[in-house]
Amino acid sequence: MKKLEAIVRPHVLDAVKTALQEVGIVGMTINEVKGFGRQKGHTETYRGSEYKVEFLPKIKIEVALADEMVDAAVEAILKTAKTGKFGDGKVFVSALDQVVRIRTGERGEAAL
Amino acid sequence: MLRSMSRSRLVRSFALGATIAIGVFALRTIGARAQEPSPSAAAVAPAVTEPAAPAATASTAPVAAPAAAATPKPPDPTGAITGTAADVAVKDPANPTIAEVMETVGHNKISINFVWTLLAGFLVMFMQTGFAMVETGFTRAKNAAHTFSMNYMVYPIGMFGYWVCGFAMQMGGVGAVAALGGTAPLNSEFTINLFGHAFGLMGTKGFFMGSDVYDVGVYTLFLFQMVFMDTAVTIPTGAMAERWKWSSFLCFGFFMSMFVYPLFGNWVWGGGWLSTLGKEFGLGHGHVDFAGSSVVHMVGGMAALAGAIVLGPRIGKYTKDGKPVAMPGHHIPMALVGTLILAFGWFGFNPGSTLAGTDLRISVVATNTMLAGTGGAITSMIYMMWRFGKPDPSMMANGMLAGLVAITAPCAFVTASVSMLIGAISGVLVCVAVFFVEGTLKVDDPVGAISVHGVNGAWGVLSLGLFADGKYGDGWNGVPGTVTGLFYGDARQFFAQCIGTLTCAAFVFTSFYLFFKLVDVLIGNRVSAEVEIAGLDLPEMGALAYPEFEIATSTGSSGALPAPTPMPAPATAPVPAKG
Repeated sequence: MKKLEAIVRPHVLDAVKTALQEVGIVGMTINEVKGFGRQKGHTETYRGSEYKVEFLPKIKIEVALADEMVDAAVEAILKTAKTGKFGDGKVFVSALDQVVRIRTGERGEAAL
Repeated sequence: MLRSMSRSRLVRSFALGATIAIGVFALRTIGARAQEPSPSAAAVAPAVTEPAAPAATASTAPVAAPAAAATPKPPDPTGAITGTAADVAVKDPANPTIAEVMETVGHNKISINFVWTLLAGFLVMFMQTGFAMVETGFTRAKNAAHTFSMNYMVYPIGMFGYWVCGFAMQMGGVGAVAALGGTAPLNSEFTINLFGHAFGLMGTKGFFMGSDVYDVGVYTLFLFQMVFMDTAVTIPTGAMAERWKWSSFLCFGFFMSMFVYPLFGNWVWGGGWLSTLGKEFGLGHGHVDFAGSSVVHMVGGMAALAGAIVLGPRIGKYTKDGKPVAMPGHHIPMALVGTLILAFGWFGFNPGSTLAGTDLRISVVATNTMLAGTGGAITSMIYMMWRFGKPDPSMMANGMLAGLVAITAPCAFVTASVSMLIGAISGVLVCVAVFFVEGTLKVDDPVGAISVHGVNGAWGVLSLGLFADGKYGDGWNGVPGTVTGLFYGDARQFFAQCIGTLTCAAFVFTSFYLFFKLVDVLIGNRVSAEVEIAGLDLPEMGALAYPEFEIATSTGSSGALPAPTPMPAPATAPVPAKG
């Protein structure tokens, strides 16, 4: 099992969600997050004083999925979240030791 | 199914229609009955004023009336026959005397003035809302309940203080205000004599609006002057927002509404020494301030300056090397709505200051007012776009207010194009002043109150001394002739304006600087650093403005470019600023 964390631009969320559903993902968790990468922030002025918007708003999507679905899921995200400009975000894939469905107590892939 | 539904609907609507028809019929019947006695009542009414003889006719009137009296007035959709000679009370309708007619005309004139002045006062009262929204919008979410509450409580607190002694000290010796039919009871001014000249210092009648001033004219004047005073008292809350202790704010509210504002107000509007500079020293018409660039706005701005200096800047406002850090307001739309409400209220503020709807100069005043606000908004926007590439909404708002503040003194004495010019200069002036106050003086003024009201209040009264075109103000402050500025030939008027401006700056600033220093020693002006960082809403007010959205960070913004100074000096030792 793998855990997939994708940081994407807020406005692509719907497209990414639909694409992930199409490749067979049945659940996900999202968060409104802030951060910076190569996009850095940008500088604005307010009443003549500069301030830097360092942490830009993004959406973090978390998905737990079976090993064989990872490639398709990453592909779906790349297809829908890419604009080609700085700030498109990243996808982190990591190993997932255990999953438990709270309602039934099922464990492992059965709980996905 | 469908059909049965539509049928039941039909039945229902028919029943409803029938009910309405019956209701209307019943109402009309009642109405007709109510109207019936009116001719007889009309016949009786004049009889009351007549001698005893027609008493007999009066008793028979109810019977005779329907036929004998004039036919009842038909409905009048165009208004052509409503309000006629029949509405003027005279003893003998066939032979009205000129005295009776004059009396009615005079009464009507004063009625129009009362209605005008009171309605204008209601508009000015609504400006409290505008101030609350502007100041809250330009400050951070964690202090929103505190900032708004100050703007809210200033209204009752200021009014209370003004009722106790403020009004008496300001207007107690104003004499007869002709536009309000003569405010006879306000006839007592405390005056000292220096070098053979009289200097009026304060009024001494009207404390608690007691029975000695129980007069319709005085009550009208009280309402109108009260809302002006409250406008001034709500100005410093913006400059001192986000760090001001509630208890200190309460003391301030009473001090300003009871003493400082009324004193300066007396000197300019209550017959005091600034208004008599013309009569006593030949300086034009004395210090002229039509609606309060100095009396209201500069007084508020100077109090704001003194308060902001004594309080010191907000935590994180300046870097270690003294560079100002931006602390964006949390609700720009709220601030802009507030600005428009203020611009709307200004139609009461300036045109209402004629105290007379029968003074047709009100059209000039109202038009000049809106033009100056426009000039200020446009030039401040252009200036910010030129300097920084974007039209900072907070400065566009400050720009419009600056134009309105500046035109408040000269609005009745200048032309439309000069109003636009005065406003246009204000728009740039307010931007330059904001950068000067924040960058050079190192005084932290979150909403720009010092620049908008203090600086442009001064510019307003000075611009009157420059641009007054000599078309209006005959007999102003007891000096014959019209009010004329430097560019139209009267340098002495400009000199009087300079004296008024300097007096305002010196008197108000000194009073409040000493006052806030004293409060600092007695109870403290500033909240603790912990409270300031957490936001004042809970610790000071006991209520969050936005409990569902609360994320408290040290600056409330998403991070500032230059690292803010970490922990501040304790509240009693504010970051030093040049004063």
